[in-house]
Amino acid sequence: MSSGDIWIIGASMTPFGRHDDKDLIDIAAESALDALGDADVTIEDIDILTMGNVYEANSHNGQRLQKQIGQTGIPVYNVVNACATGATALRVALLSIKAGESDIGLAVGVEKMGKGGLIGGAAKKRDARKVYSPNGRYGSVLKTEGILGTGIMPGVFAQAGTEYALAHGVTATHFAKVAQKNHAHSVLNPLAHYRKEFSLDDILNADVIAFPNTLPMCCPNTDGAASVVVVSDAKLKTMDPDVRRRAVKISASVLTSDPWVEGGQVQPDVSTLTRNAATAAYEQAGVGPEDLDLVELHDCFATAELIHYDNLGLCEPGGAGDFLDSGAPWRDGKTPVNVSGGLLSKGHPLGATGIANIYEVATHLRGEAGDRQITGAKVGLTHVIGLASACAVHILEAGVR
Amino acid sequence: MPGQIPVVDYLVLGDPPHLQARMCAQCDALYFDRRNACAHCGRRDFTWKALASTGQLRGYTQVHRAAPSVPVPYISAIVELDGGGVVKANLIDAQLDDITPGLTVTMTTFVAGVDDDGTEAIAFGYKPVKEQG
Ligand SMILES: [Zn+2]
Repeated sequence: MSSGDIWIIGASMTPFGRHDDKDLIDIAAESALDALGDADVTIEDIDILTMGNVYEANSHNGQRLQKQIGQTGIPVYNVVNACATGATALRVALLSIKAGESDIGLAVGVEKMGKGGLIGGAAKKRDARKVYSPNGRYGSVLKTEGILGTGIMPGVFAQAGTEYALAHGVTATHFAKVAQKNHAHSVLNPLAHYRKEFSLDDILNADVIAFPNTLPMCCPNTDGAASVVVVSDAKLKTMDPDVRRRAVKISASVLTSDPWVEGGQVQPDVSTLTRNAATAAYEQAGVGPEDLDLVELHDCFATAELIHYDNLGLCEPGGAGDFLDSGAPWRDGKTPVNVSGGLLSKGHPLGATGIANIYEVATHLRGEAGDRQITGAKVGLTHVIGLASACAVHILEAGVR
Repeated sequence: MPGQIPVVDYLVLGDPPHLQARMCAQCDALYFDRRNACAHCGRRDFTWKALASTGQLRGYTQVHRAAPSVPVPYISAIVELDGGGVVKANLIDAQLDDITPGLTVTMTTFVAGVDDDGTEAIAFGYKPVKEQG
């Protein structure tokens, strides 16, 4: 292949879940050291370190990580880009290699989510005296959440889903089926936060968070980290045959943001930037959706996964409900989606998610996914979306060396 | 008679109350907040446009879990207004079962709060337009 290719030679993911006994850097270090070991290199070999983290992003976590695993004087980039943070950190390392500044990079994504979650905390303490006066960009006199609809994540993604439902006739049961699938998949993943199957009735009858999403249709609060080691084509050629044999090619790496659409200021458009990223990625990799052996996509809520079947071109336009009903996205279906359990069951530590998706697909392409291995997987796609707004799509291919 | 103030400045409390938006002079893109330039075409000239009070419901959710200060449940709706503009607000006087593709809705106002001077904050929402019998 061309000398411009970038390869993954090491990948790791910590168990996702609650890690109350470890701080952010402990989790990041565990994952980084595992990835270095997996690549059969040391921190001394690394030319560039990129660190993705959202909630503690002003703490220079990349440098804090170096102090725990090796201060070798290399450039460090601390990256934040909403839920696409990890994938963006990978891209920063990749771009450095493409630019010829580095031969080998380490990208780490990590998050401790705490207990607040995506719903929002309690209101700030009120002043003693309440007098309405217009404030901020919209001249609001009080908090409008709940008065002028909802703009928080469960509601935003629920509204994105019902918009698709109204247009294409999918039902609340379709969305519940997405969660049923991902929870069932997670039973096979020893690193997943939850490993418990739910029946369709369990899911439909669970507490509603934002209709149609019930609790098992929303990602949990999860801590975790994931890391990858990436190298240039030239560097890979100098490496041990066993490293080369396990190398996974990054055939496409694309990052987009929201283009303007009417109404985008009141309801984030999670579809157009995904469609744009997918189109560019298929073009870059020279593969189509029909070539994909597995997909890890951004199912922060069940409603999101269903519309991304369509946005990523996995089904006919408008056909996401039929695609799901056909069994296609199940692990034994035509295009297995989120065989890791997805964000819904594996968990969603914001800064780690993008790299965890890469880890999952790369592990299948190496034939090392154990009980959940998709047999003979050769090509896979990863997708993450963050509000507002970033979408990263990567296409990975098994090495042919 | 207490005073009234709109909860957001793009709600105009007139007769009838209506929404207004800044409209790009070049491409007609609509914005509820002030803009440094148009996010669609980059031009910097804007005019005002009064928006229609009727439209079609495009997406929705019923929120059951929210921050402690937000009463639940309520239905949040995205409405495409006739003649242009998209707005998010509560769907009121309606149940989930009332929602059908292309549901026509019309704007209504309500008191969202009262401050210590007795001033009422007036918010807007949308209710379904009942079919003519
Ligand atoms: Zn414009």
